[in-house]
Amino acid sequence: MAEIRNYTMNFGPQHPAAHGVLRLVLEMDGEVIQKADPHVGLLHRATEKLAESKPFNQSIGYMDRLDYVSMMCNEHAYVMAIEKLLGLEPPLRAQYIRVMFDEITRILNHLMWLGAHAIDIGAMTVFLYCFREREDLMDCYEAVSGTRMHATYYRPGGVYRDLPELMPQYPYSQWRSKKEVDRLNTRRSGGLLDFIADFTKRFPANVDQYETLLTDNRIWKQRTVNIGVVSPERAMQLGFSGPMLRGSGIEWDLRKKQPYDVYDKLDFDIPVGRNGDCYDRYLVRVEELRQSNRIIEQCVAWLKANPGPVMIDDRKVRPPRREEMKGDMESLIHHFKLMTEGYCVPAGEVYAAVEAPKGELGVYLVSDGANKPYRLKVRPPGFAHLASLDEMVRGHMLADVVAVIGTQDIVFGEIDR
Amino acid sequence: MSADSGITAAVATPTRLEILAQAVTAALPGKLTPVANHTGELTYEVPADELKAVAQVLREASALKFEMCMDVCGVDYLSHGRDEWTTETATSSGFSRGVARGAQRAGALPPGRRFAVVYHLLSLSLNQRLRLRVFCADDAAPMVDSVTDIWAAANWFEREAFDLFGILFKGHPDLRRLLTDYGFIGHPFRKDFPLSGNVEVRYDPEKGRVVYQPVSIDPRVLVPKVIRHDNRYDPALTNAPVHTTSLTNSDG
Repeated sequence: MAEIRNYTMNFGPQHPAAHGVLRLVLEMDGEVIQKADPHVGLLHRATEKLAESKPFNQSIGYMDRLDYVSMMCNEHAYVMAIEKLLGLEPPLRAQYIRVMFDEITRILNHLMWLGAHAIDIGAMTVFLYCFREREDLMDCYEAVSGTRMHATYYRPGGVYRDLPELMPQYPYSQWRSKKEVDRLNTRRSGGLLDFIADFTKRFPANVDQYETLLTDNRIWKQRTVNIGVVSPERAMQLGFSGPMLRGSGIEWDLRKKQPYDVYDKLDFDIPVGRNGDCYDRYLVRVEELRQSNRIIEQCVAWLKANPGPVMIDDRKVRPPRREEMKGDMESLIHHFKLMTEGYCVPAGEVYAAVEAPKGELGVYLVSDGANKPYRLKVRPPGFAHLASLDEMVRGHMLADVVAVIGTQDIVFGEIDR
Repeated sequence: MSADSGITAAVATPTRLEILAQAVTAALPGKLTPVANHTGELTYEVPADELKAVAQVLREASALKFEMCMDVCGVDYLSHGRDEWTTETATSSGFSRGVARGAQRAGALPPGRRFAVVYHLLSLSLNQRLRLRVFCADDAAPMVDSVTDIWAAANWFEREAFDLFGILFKGHPDLRRLLTDYGFIGHPFRKDFPLSGNVEVRYDPEKGRVVYQPVSIDPRVLVPKVIRHDNRYDPALTNAPVHTTSLTNSDG
């Protein structure tokens, strides 16, 4: 009889199911995982150290690049930390805009997750459908900030500028048929809010479409039900947050429990799972898509009815507008000082957390009264989730590792920072 | 925060933050030192040798119930409060950019106050947060007890703090580097570690492999660190409350 022994297998970092640059060293007994040792840090850019060398506002753009599929939520945590230290409160309209874009970001993230998770365990079509809707949402990003992903749109004290009155139109080109361009442009004939309102009307039917493909799909269930089960007690021990925690049956969402900006004025529900397996986490996230859609609808209605400023009127934080700067000496000085030196933040420390699509994204900021952060620590939700990978995959088959990585919604931008 | 809100909060019913502060004092008398903060959060300093006992109580006590450890991170206080550019004397000495290049202005840091480990705790059942700070006694080989057996989530966060700051966690099951390269030398988030690093990698066509060599870029300061004393934030001038018990924003 042949001798049977454990062997070690290397998974990644160049593997399509590794969601970026995860390197896993797996100790296998046949096809069963005995131990999984994730090696991370291949995308470590020392974002926190870089932020220590720059004035506060110059690091907002770095935050987008942390969790690069939920960009604006990262910015939100960072600007909230600065606002808490400065004691600023952004205008109400800015708060609504932020909440609306947070939820757009949540849909963007969950669509990316759903598509990638599905394609990882064998469902090709969902990926294509998800990216169809992502395209519209990225156009919202582009309309408001000029970039499709790394927006750098939030600022301490509000947002960079108000929502555009006109949506950019697609030009006719050889890459798209005239009919297709006309169809796209009909939706973009009004302002950004009209476009988003139109999206929220279409989107629930799209979610139904994804669910038709997956929720009762026998293969999908075989791959996800009872895979990677985490009990509520373990989920708390392991520092889970977001859908990973709610999938295990714990009702906890910072948007409800510790509301920031205008979440306490909005009506939405928090889905909670029961079994703590991959399937429940899938259901939680799909329901979050619908709830985010509801929040966006309410924000659009409020924003249409209530014009107003989107940035605080504090010259020591907000750079003056260009026309002011050209005619007013005081504004010119303020502009010069803000652009060359930035503003100083009173000494102290703060922890600002938002409910990012993946869980609690916290920013711990220590200031010593200077124009740069003294220490910035980002608490990424995925970091705690990936740390538990070993526990979640032990005793599962190799193919289930992919399902567990998928359900954890791993993004290395935030884990490695 | 205006001066008025601070006064009204002091006479009103105790806020949730005050209730939590009282509960902490009741459960751990004399072990924790509160740290004044103007952001509406509770921070306590813990002596390094009492950390594990304190953490255990914070997790178990019925009025505290911090079931979750959301974050553990290291902080290096080497250049805390020291600027790179003199602003006060600039008028008399002229506007030369007196940037202290590379290392920041020297200053005495009391021993045992350089490296700190900061814990962010969260209680789901009572919806409250708490921050703990532990200073490492030895600046040369900073060490604190590991809390992995109290909160499993601390495992990777402690590995990260070890990797980036060189803080040792006594009793950690698997204290390996986490984020830096295999075979990396030094602890990059220490304040005396240059931003540009010490080594760079390039592909050597002669050797046919990637080689490490000393960095070829000069460190420079793009925007000097400046500390301005802003009257608007001066507690002495604005009567703004700085003590933790008079904070109003308690639900945050």
